[in-house]
Amino acid sequence: MSVDGHLEALRREGRIVIVGASLAGLRAAETLRAEGFTGTLTLVGDEPHEPYDRPPLSKQVLLGKVPADHTRLPRRRPIDAQWRLGSAATGLDLAARRVRLADGDTLDYDRLLIATGVRARPWPHELEAELDGVFVLRTQDDAARLHHRLAAGPRRVLVIGAGFTGSEIASACREREVPVTVAERAAAPLVGALGGVVGEVAAELQRAHGVDLRCGVLVTGLEGDSAGRVRKAHFSDGSAVEADIVVVALGATRNTEWLADSGLGAGPRGIACDAGCRAFDVRGIVTDDVFVAGDVARSPHPLFGYQFLSLEHWGNAVAQAEVAAHNMVSASAERRPHLWMPSFWSAQFGVNIKSVGVPPMADQILVSQGSLAEHRFTAAYGYQGRVIAAVTFDQAKWLDFYERQIEQAAPFPPEFTTVDRRPEGHQPVSAGFPDPSQPTHGPTVTLSGYSPTDRRVSFTPRRA
Amino acid sequence: MRLVVDLNRCQGYAQCAFLAPDVFTMHGEEALMYDPQADDTQRENVRRAADACPVKAITLDYEDRPAAAGKAGGSGVG
Repeated sequence: MSVDGHLEALRREGRIVIVGASLAGLRAAETLRAEGFTGTLTLVGDEPHEPYDRPPLSKQVLLGKVPADHTRLPRRRPIDAQWRLGSAATGLDLAARRVRLADGDTLDYDRLLIATGVRARPWPHELEAELDGVFVLRTQDDAARLHHRLAAGPRRVLVIGAGFTGSEIASACREREVPVTVAERAAAPLVGALGGVVGEVAAELQRAHGVDLRCGVLVTGLEGDSAGRVRKAHFSDGSAVEADIVVVALGATRNTEWLADSGLGAGPRGIACDAGCRAFDVRGIVTDDVFVAGDVARSPHPLFGYQFLSLEHWGNAVAQAEVAAHNMVSASAERRPHLWMPSFWSAQFGVNIKSVGVPPMADQILVSQGSLAEHRFTAAYGYQGRVIAAVTFDQAKWLDFYERQIEQAAPFPPEFTTVDRRPEGHQPVSAGFPDPSQPTHGPTVTLSGYSPTDRRVSFTPRRA
Repeated sequence: MRLVVDLNRCQGYAQCAFLAPDVFTMHGEEALMYDPQADDTQRENVRRAADACPVKAITLDYEDRPAAAGKAGGSGVG
């Protein structure tokens, strides 16, 4: 009875703080109100802006079709929140249930949701990163500045890193007829996320659209002129390129530093939580009142071997926020697990790229529809004899089917034949993912849990 | 008016591009591009597009919904 009474009081007049005022934070706030939470709701955001949508920043905004400040997210309902925008959270006191803010204020909570997401990884050389013309692209302000410079007609743009963001930026440049060089340390674009076979298709697409694509190289240095403007980049193969804009697209870093001394299980790979979005502390014990959602969370997924998945996916931010918000104000028997099927999209060089499942977990790939050469295909990804993911280039309508296959642990290679399976789709081939111990710019999914093939503890029986 | 399209759900049916071509356009064979802050004069067209979307991928600001619908469809997409 007292537990029920406590929960009822929480729903009626509790204090909920959401740290992170982006997609996950906003959708969680809406869900809390939709579920009848009438207490105090505070949203903390380090940027001065209301929650906005990021996918258009590297597409519509860079193409000049939409101003950067026109991507604010629609609200599903009034959330009656107290907004603390432009004030980053700097610390968390778990015992006192209190969040510290950069301006010195503190916020007391009964339930806390952490949705602080990720930020762009900057160019590691600080002086070079400060050169005029060197950009990253993560925030609305980044997009506004980069669009402004693209509109001025640069002679050449250099994009460092050919993950999704880097490739989309290169695509936008070519559509604006701006010369662009892309430098990628791996053998092909998108390798970390989709593997080498599909990466080769991405490389062909880039080159067909006039991108000066250089794979297998590192950018060893950026050079500025006397006025501090970037003008040249040097590569590890001894070559160089002149560019007046450099976009650093080397993936993202999780915003967990502010939790370093909190006792929460937070680190560079994100904040570990259970399937119900409840955060783990450093002892691996689940907390009762701290929840996690979005890019910063990593949680176990039974469909993928209980790996702790950390997903930089738009749909995950929405789904996980809804589950977290529901669980925050629900009794334990009513809590729901977050078992979202990973999926994402990208549009680049006129092609709609979509994916379900976890491609980087795969060891093999089979082109089950269409053809790599036509840049229009469906590829099934296999792991230990089952379908683990699928990727489509301009064949998105097939993904629902493969989603079912993944959910049912259907055998790989697929047993069905299709009317247009070409010779290349008759036999699976290696998916061509790079060594996972090597850093990549951004696989969008980080596998960080226990792997049955990765035994690091051995059992030694005591001698009789 | 603000809107967002869940492009995981979007299957490129292009109903929206047909009903509100000033807001939604196809980019290439099947990728969708849209204006997330469409002009208010497009309100009726966008509302029709959202209703016509076969996978219900378009979310509009609650302010742009009639009061009754806003109340009934509180949970919206998802």
